[in-house]
Amino acid sequence: MAGSIPLIIEKYEPRDKGNLIQILQDVQRTEGYIPREAVEKISSHLWISKSEVFGVASFYSQFKFNPPGRHSIKICLGTACHVQGGDFLLNALKSVIDISPNETTEDGRFDLDRVACLGCCALAPVVMIDETIYSNMSVIKLKETLNQYE
Amino acid sequence: MNDFLALRKKALDEWQELQHAPEPVIYIGMGSCGIASGAGKVWDRASEILHQEKIPAKLLKVGCIGPCYLEPLVDIQKPGFPRVSFNNVDEQRLSKLIPEYILNGTSKMKPLGYLGDPVEVPDGIKSLWELPMLKEQKRIVLRNCGIIDPESITHYMARDGFSGLLKAFNLGAEGVIEEVKVAGLRGRGGAGFPTHKKWQLCHDAPGSKKYLICNADEGDPGAFMNRSLMEGDPFALLEGMIIAAYAIQAHQGYIYIRAEYPLAIERLKIAIAQLHRHHLLGKDILKTGFSFNIQIKEGAGAFVCGEETALIASLEGRRGMPRSRPPYPSSSGLNGCPTNINNVETLATIPAIFREGGQAFAGIGSKSSKGTKTFALVGKIRRTGLIEVPMGTTLRKIIYDIGGGSRKAFKAVQTGGPSGGCLSKEFLDLPVDYESLSGAGSIMGSGGLIVMDEDTCMVDVAKYFLKFTSQESCGKCTPCRIGTRQMVEVLEKITRGDAEPGDIQMLEEIAGTVRDGSLCGLGQTAPNPVLTTLKYFKEEYEAHIENQRCPAAVCRDLVEYSVIKEKCTGCQRCVDVCPTGAITGPRSEPHYLDLEKCIKCRACYEICRFDAIAGDAIIIK
Ligand SMILES: Cc1cc2nc3c(=O)[nH]c(=O)nc-3n(C[C@H](O)[C@H](O)[C@H](O)COP(=O)(O)O)c2cc1C
Ligand code: FES
Repeated sequence: MAGSIPLIIEKYEPRDKGNLIQILQDVQRTEGYIPREAVEKISSHLWISKSEVFGVASFYSQFKFNPPGRHSIKICLGTACHVQGGDFLLNALKSVIDISPNETTEDGRFDLDRVACLGCCALAPVVMIDETIYSNMSVIKLKETLNQYE
Repeated sequence: MNDFLALRKKALDEWQELQHAPEPVIYIGMGSCGIASGAGKVWDRASEILHQEKIPAKLLKVGCIGPCYLEPLVDIQKPGFPRVSFNNVDEQRLSKLIPEYILNGTSKMKPLGYLGDPVEVPDGIKSLWELPMLKEQKRIVLRNCGIIDPESITHYMARDGFSGLLKAFNLGAEGVIEEVKVAGLRGRGGAGFPTHKKWQLCHDAPGSKKYLICNADEGDPGAFMNRSLMEGDPFALLEGMIIAAYAIQAHQGYIYIRAEYPLAIERLKIAIAQLHRHHLLGKDILKTGFSFNIQIKEGAGAFVCGEETALIASLEGRRGMPRSRPPYPSSSGLNGCPTNINNVETLATIPAIFREGGQAFAGIGSKSSKGTKTFALVGKIRRTGLIEVPMGTTLRKIIYDIGGGSRKAFKAVQTGGPSGGCLSKEFLDLPVDYESLSGAGSIMGSGGLIVMDEDTCMVDVAKYFLKFTSQESCGKCTPCRIGTRQMVEVLEKITRGDAEPGDIQMLEEIAGTVRDGSLCGLGQTAPNPVLTTLKYFKEEYEAHIENQRCPAAVCRDLVEYSVIKEKCTGCQRCVDVCPTGAITGPRSEPHYLDLEKCIKCRACYEICRFDAIAGDAIIIK
């Protein structure tokens, strides 16, 4: 796992900081988050300070700094989903899996995130688990769906 | 050029063959909305059935035709018959539909309508375009969405693809800009700036290196016009980009697209590769001497990066913070070079302008706003989906004739995303164009129309938007960073029932400071949702402040749930659904709700109301 970080980074031109976001995205795609050592490696590869790398990474909501759970739940709180009860759904979900957004369950089964629109607004409220989008969600449907994920 | 003409001939032949295929053809709507409704499983099931039953049918994927609420949509074209659409086809329905309709000739499932020429229309089936949701639309940008395979350049070419590009090349760069001026096209990204002016500025700017950027960040929550368009007809966007790049003489283009749109990214990549193969991208396009390349850059989740100067900062690998303008990107943009930025829909409209002529385009729409506009019709409305109508169409026509109205009493429509406003029913006859909407205190924005009914609390909506903008504020301007947060705090007080006299006045004062003291559109327009709700729904604020009451029963601290003993049949559905175990009681006896444990998630309320026997046994006060 962690051994692949240098390989990812070395694909990019040294000192070209225009690629910083793409490198971070690549690291996150393989590791699931941005480990501390990746920040160090990127900073020496691009010749920029660690705080600059971290500053850029923390600006964008996509990047995470903690290892994710086995399954990632993204609950949409875009306007259409909000109007159709997305907030109520989040509230219920929080007590079902007993974590708040940006946290991972103790057993490492789920992590939870909010997103601001997945582009399926016509089918609101929408929840995404790993790569699958579930539409017209309700508390009961969500409870049943979660059972499919171990 | 001869290669191109040969390719077009081949495309037309293939398209004709497909329409008159000797075997059945099954088209499945595979946009993100279709897939979220289960189209992926429907596709797999269809291949299985065809294999099992040894039916020699062809399976094709298409984008979304618009009525997302009818997804998954499946069209079947039998030899000698037109393409017939069926709605809400899940795996089970499909398992019946294919043998019934293809093998036995008729199906109990009622078709939605047919597409294309009525070769021989089966009994009583109407054209799909006669459906109430589609009838009043005018489809220019969306003309191919849901019709063609978005991964096939031949499909696109068979429907006149790249004929606009050929005309543009014949006109020369200056001629292209002139034609866009005649068309009167204004930017679809929100502000409505005349497109030809931007192109002219960038064209005239000194410098040998210029860039074209397509803004596909689509950050407005509740809007998906650009997604659907890129998934359903990526070639239209790319053709528009080549024409735009030719007009300003840029040789490098970028599509800055949000990472939440993986399917659009994939389809664009496929389309770009096909264009290279046919010399429509790359060096010396169609031997005109003009070269142009397009690279896709994924956004990383920051709303403010939709703003053009922040977008450029992000492309350069920095934090996406807007900067003050001038200099405008047209003179100093990406890497300090002249740069033209346009929205997806603006660029995807360009091919039609050249294909049909600028004059024809200008003949559609209203006096100041030409052409058509796509809208994402969502929220509390019967027919949700993506539509395209001439500019100047009234809100009433869009919401009632096309969208079928809301199930409960209509309350408001929100336009323009976090920069826009909520309009009450008095505005239903407002024609939708740039000037009318800003006159009413909202904006056109990129095209999200979110309908709200009596179950929506307008103070909660205002709080929702302000929370959004305060979280998305990049933090550079103090009034925006602190002011939006202060507004959220006041709104939270109101929705908790802790408001004090003077809070409304305070909201108005902070709103003024935020509007006047912010550098970019995010802060300048952030107060709009509060200001419009205060203006048109003041009584809702007053109910919260004076009576600690939320008329729509949404604000959690102001409502209480209870079981009506006389109505409860003890069916235990609410017991099963309650995530905290707050409802208890044996079967067939009225249940008990423990308010200490209740988190007010509404799950019991929703499940009880749909139970025909129990009726409204759970109420919210
Ligand atoms: C906070 C903010 C967010 C924006 N988000 C978007 C967006 O998601 N998509 C977009 O096309 N334009 C967005 N814009 C507008 C762009 O700055 C720019 O005006 C637009 O891309 C120009 O394209 P057009 O002339 O084709 O409309 C945003 C502006 C602001 C102030
Ligand atoms: S608002 Fe939830 S998908 Fe768009």
